[in-house]
Amino acid sequence: MNTSVTDIHETVFGMLRAKLEKPIALTDDTHIVNELGLDSVAVMDFVMEIEDRLDISVPLDRIAEVETLGDLVATVRALKGVQ
Amino acid sequence: MALLDKFAALAAQYGKLETAGANPFNVAFDEVLSPVEARIGGRSILLLGTNNYLGLTYDPAVIDAAVQATQHLGTGTTGSRIANGSYAGHRKLEQALADFYGRRHAMVFSTGYQANLGILSALAGKTDYLILDADSHASIYDGSHLGSAQIIRFRHNDPDDLDKRLGRLAGTPGDKIVVVEGIYSMLGDSAPLRDFAQVKRAHGAYLLVDEAHSLGVLGETGRGLTEAAGVEVDADFIVGTFSKSLGGVGGFCVSDMPGFDILRVVSRPYMFTASLPPSIIAAATEALHQIRLRPQLRHQLIHNAERFYAGLSALGFELGPEPSPVVSSIMPDPQTAFAFWSNLLEAGLYTNVSLPPATPRSLALLRSSVSAAHSTAQIDLALDIFATVGRQMGLIPAARRAAQA
Ligand SMILES: Cc1ncc(COP(=O)(O)O)c(C=O)c1O
Repeated sequence: MNTSVTDIHETVFGMLRAKLEKPIALTDDTHIVNELGLDSVAVMDFVMEIEDRLDISVPLDRIAEVETLGDLVATVRALKGVQ
Repeated sequence: MALLDKFAALAAQYGKLETAGANPFNVAFDEVLSPVEARIGGRSILLLGTNNYLGLTYDPAVIDAAVQATQHLGTGTTGSRIANGSYAGHRKLEQALADFYGRRHAMVFSTGYQANLGILSALAGKTDYLILDADSHASIYDGSHLGSAQIIRFRHNDPDDLDKRLGRLAGTPGDKIVVVEGIYSMLGDSAPLRDFAQVKRAHGAYLLVDEAHSLGVLGETGRGLTEAAGVEVDADFIVGTFSKSLGGVGGFCVSDMPGFDILRVVSRPYMFTASLPPSIIAAATEALHQIRLRPQLRHQLIHNAERFYAGLSALGFELGPEPSPVVSSIMPDPQTAFAFWSNLLEAGLYTNVSLPPATPRSLALLRSSVSAAHSTAQIDLALDIFATVGRQMGLIPAARRAAQA
């Protein structure tokens, strides 16, 4: 299971790339709603896939705080106990 | 930048959809004639998108109860039950609900939406967890957010996934409350409730079932999916609405939980809004009585639902996973859903459109709901209209039904 700092970053970005219909350059600053065009439910569904991959649960208020991909990776790392 | 410019993208999206036909979110009936018939302009319309599952909106006894209550008690209560007092009718309806479900406690709210707001926000505190089915109704999400509990989603109708998520919380302090629905309003599928009940027991969690679309529809006596699945003892809370099978407006929660009544001075959506008017309360009480009195309404509904589901399926429409009074056809995209809806209305049939993010898996749905008040001839007429319009639009194979006949 991927649990190091860089592994979590790779995992999240890799899963997102596989999911997006057209290739978009992804960085830590990419805004999830504005730039990726995911609606609120699609974001929650994507987080659910991350939860399964990394065996964590991300409460919805933590998802609400996430705006960029960097925020998402940081949240997942914190929940996984990897800083 | 103007205040509402933040909705510019959404407005543009709707503008584009409207070019495909009339806007289903703006439709107005000039006259409603019965639970299943209305008039728009000079055209009579067959209603197939009302949630009026038992057709009780025009029941003479229900209407009479509402009229009597208005004449004797006036048009409104002009305040909340906490600040301005309850009428005898509020208490009587709560007793009738408790009696119907065989529960100790019942609490009535001003809408089904507010019942979820009022119960979920009050039940779960800061250190507790609300574990929601991912496809839960907006009122369940909003009620959860109104409180201060942690909210976790599990995969729709997936007991193994619920088990996994509750497992991750093992040893975490705080109560865990699992929330599911009887029949899901978008695709008409129902929860695997026996399995959920088992998972809930195994983890010592609580279970709340929202029976909004299943009250009066499922179960030997119409108590819903919990009754049909034989797991009433496991459902710690049942939430429901008067706005669908009961043909009125209002919501409720029933429970055997000791100390339940304290929620009346804790639940803000109960305390800080006006209570339901006497007419609405009297109508709901009588409609509940009719459900108990006339199980044939439910049998007729199920018969109609199965006939309509089988008919659409034979025509080649892609439907939800099981027959139920909610029958949704999966459309290729929102544009097509709008156009199909528009053409059906043009042909005299009223249905609903459901779009993401309100729908699961970003589906665009053409949603129908069947009523016990539909005659077999009306169900068949609806099927004919679906066939004709569906073929014209190339949504289903040509004349497949004729080949079968
Ligand atoms: C599952 C569910 N819960 C609650 C509600 C809210 O009920 P109401 O419209 O009576 O407020 C609805 C429907 O609107 C629903 O589908």
